[in-house]
Amino acid sequence: MHRNGIHRSRLVGTLAVAALMGIAGYAIFFLAPTERTMGEIQRIFYFHVASAWTAFLAFFLVFVANLSYLVRRRPVWDQLAVSAAEVGIAFCTVVLLTGPIWAKPVWGIWWTWDARLTSTFVLWLLYVGYLLLRSLVEDPTRRAVTSAVFGIFAFLDVPIVYMSIRWWRTQHPAPVIAGGEGSGLDPTMWRVLLVCLAALVALLVLLLRQRFRLEQLHSELEDLRLRISANPGNRF
Amino acid sequence: MKELVGSMGIGTATYWILAKELRAELRTRELLHTTLVFVLLVVVLFSFTFEPTREESRRYGPGLLWLALLFAGSLMLQPSFVREQNNDTLSALRLAPIAPFSIFLGKALANFLFLTVAELLLLPIFAALYDVTILPVLGEILVVLALGTAGMVTTGTVFAAIGAQARMRELLLPLLLLPLLVPVLIASVTATASLLAQEPAMDWTAMKFLIGFDVIYLAASALLFEFLLED
Repeated sequence: MHRNGIHRSRLVGTLAVAALMGIAGYAIFFLAPTERTMGEIQRIFYFHVASAWTAFLAFFLVFVANLSYLVRRRPVWDQLAVSAAEVGIAFCTVVLLTGPIWAKPVWGIWWTWDARLTSTFVLWLLYVGYLLLRSLVEDPTRRAVTSAVFGIFAFLDVPIVYMSIRWWRTQHPAPVIAGGEGSGLDPTMWRVLLVCLAALVALLVLLLRQRFRLEQLHSELEDLRLRISANPGNRF
Repeated sequence: MKELVGSMGIGTATYWILAKELRAELRTRELLHTTLVFVLLVVVLFSFTFEPTREESRRYGPGLLWLALLFAGSLMLQPSFVREQNNDTLSALRLAPIAPFSIFLGKALANFLFLTVAELLLLPIFAALYDVTILPVLGEILVVLALGTAGMVTTGTVFAAIGAQARMRELLLPLLLLPLLVPVLIASVTATASLLAQEPAMDWTAMKFLIGFDVIYLAASALLFEFLLED
């Protein structure tokens, strides 16, 4: 009965996210106006920017979970941290892949070493390092502690990387949204962007829940294994 | 137990850890020798990737220098905690009635000294090989080196403590450390480049930036290092 309840709520959640994604897709292709100079390719903007914000949200969650783990020492915080890191990397990968697809026709190049591009790339590398570290530490408590410390160091680095590249390495126009004078977004475009953001954040929550549950099962299994290897005579 | 913990100040404890590290290194000098040979190798290898004439070396020289130092640092910081594991001396350090932060400080200072010695030996060789004039701005370059090295050593010593608890640690440390040090690389190269330019100038923004980086991560290490010493 309980199992069935979980299955049903998961199914409802999945369907709701699928519907939201459909609405977002419709809004992007049929409601958003075509951009004057870039044309159709600019429609990738909605998923690109919304994925970036969602990825930052996920990495912020990792940071909060890392801090909470060190303070409270409850395994759930570690499980949340690894789940958010993995899902965040997925969104960050979408950003890094959609960016060049957009850049090639518009700028004529796949990549430019601009502040936002480069710092997103460094961010991605840092969190891949976070997962790599986790995969290489055997003991669960040590893994949680070392990766929490590394996660906090990595998160602190993100604004520093961004500033360093912005000050010394940028040769590229200012941001479109909130970039100061002359920047700004058409109101319809704003609305479509917010719909996409809502859809992707919903997807984030869905994936996070799924991944978190998997991680809990995983650590339960790890616990059982450790207990068996601690008393080999006591096999089931 | 409480009174014992307070029995030695952070300064004294740091001094003893530093002295221990230096004594251990001076017995074998293996860390210094390997780092120095490695840095020389990198500097020579770089010369094959472009034509090291005067104009080009002025443009690429600072970048080469800092990349060599960054790679050297990510290799040489590794033994800092691994050495303690071989004879399980880390447990002894853990039991010592001293603040955990002083263990970090002592080791970080020792690493700072080792890297600085390697840098001081490398600098004249680098200047000669790439025909860069450093004598008129030597003092300023040393300040940039010190600030950049401090950033490398602070984060690197913490990561060495992290890496020591993992498998494949020799490979892991550079993978964790190098992306984190991107800002240090950028600021140090910028500052060094403006010192080696036709009209040498001190890039104060870069200097303040490096100081900021060092302070932020020193504070983070002070708060977080003790978690890494738990058994």
